Amino acid sequence: MTKPMNNDITHHLSPQLLMAYSAGTLPEAFDLIVASHLSLCDQCRAEAESYDAVGGALLEDEPTAEMAEDSLAATLRMIRMGGEPDEPAPARPGTHVLPRPIRDYVGGDLDAVRWQNVGRGVRQALLPVNGDARARLLHIPAGTAVPDHGHQGLELTLVLRGAFSDTDGRFGPGDVEIADQEIEHTPVAEEGEDCICLAVTDAPLRFSGLMPRLAQPFLKI
Amino acid sequence: MFSNVDWIEDCDTLPLTPPGAPAGAESGVPAASRGAGSRVTRMAEDRAQGASEWVDHVVRIRDARDEAAFAELFAHFAPRVKAFLIRSGADDGLAEECAQEVMATLWQKAHLFDPARASVSTWVFTIARNRRIDALRRQRRPEPEDLPWGPEAEPQQDDVLALQQDSERLAEALRSLPEKQRVLIERAYFGELSHSEIAEETGLPLGTIKSRIRLALDRLRHALR
Repeated sequence: MTKPMNNDITHHLSPQLLMAYSAGTLPEAFDLIVASHLSLCDQCRAEAESYDAVGGALLEDEPTAEMAEDSLAATLRMIRMGGEPDEPAPARPGTHVLPRPIRDYVGGDLDAVRWQNVGRGVRQALLPVNGDARARLLHIPAGTAVPDHGHQGLELTLVLRGAFSDTDGRFGPGDVEIADQEIEHTPVAEEGEDCICLAVTDAPLRFSGLMPRLAQPFLKI
Repeated sequence: MFSNVDWIEDCDTLPLTPPGAPAGAESGVPAASRGAGSRVTRMAEDRAQGASEWVDHVVRIRDARDEAAFAELFAHFAPRVKAFLIRSGADDGLAEECAQEVMATLWQKAHLFDPARASVSTWVFTIARNRRIDALRRQRRPEPEDLPWGPEAEPQQDDVLALQQDSERLAEALRSLPEKQRVLIERAYFGELSHSEIAEETGLPLGTIKSRIRLALDRLRHALR
């Protein structure tokens, strides 16, 4: 079982990200990384569900809008046409590296990812999310540094395998790093195991090194 | 530890996006019906229907395909879901269609509802929210990996009751918030809030509800081993 034990996770999502996920106001790429972290972290899942409860309480107090006259009958017809209810997807703890929300975008587990080389042995795969924010998987060879970069907006990085360290500390499986535009960081993958992460950004990264900056338009990062 | 929600100041970096096309805004709920007065009259009639009673309705749908139970749930929730969608930018036709779909989903997924983790209102809210993201924002909604509760993980009645009571308590706390704070929270959930405005401490009792959900998740994880 590759899933991290919950109590190994030390870097969690912020309350405002969890609330915005619950309210449904985040771009799709951010919904994806939040859903992926929640798949691994019961502490944040419980917090997100308590924000859902706030939404439920608001709905309860919502002024009512008048329904069409045949609304109930139409809905029952829709139900009868829909046939048997959905069966829940089996959720036995598996041996997947990628949590299910990411597998849904990749079309499979890690072996189905179509990597592109981006230099220094680092590989990435853009995921097909709607909207302006971007989501990509990163494969960083053990012991390798990702080029020094800052960014204009918010960048979240979720570790799926291996670990990396930077000025903010050590990030292992299930940990998520929240980096705003102030942070200029050089994450270094730990020795021993290649590091696989999901990274989402709401603005293009700007690299400090010359080479990566030139490559940026082609890499779409 | 989590008894207060701190709306941390530096929310400027949150990439919030508006939930709906602003084009349909003119068909919104009349301003008068949003006032505190209408809320008070509704509270009286709704108080009779406790959160736990709605749970029984969903169980009747799950176990007996009970159309009478569904009709009562529909009468209560569909007009609220429709109002929620109109307020999020849907026109009347789209909101009607989506509200019907949300209620049909409730029927179809009745067996997935876990009353140790959510009230029926909360569950309906999450279905309506997802429908809004799909229909109004044309985005997919990634959800966490499911932890289904099979027969082996049927929740304890005590846990169900406690969670439902906590949900009512939370709703009560929300109603007694100062108007300014309540409006902020509403706007955050209805997608009307620009992110720099989320800078309030709400003082909502989220701590207990969170530990109950955590307990329910622990039990599920245990049952899945």
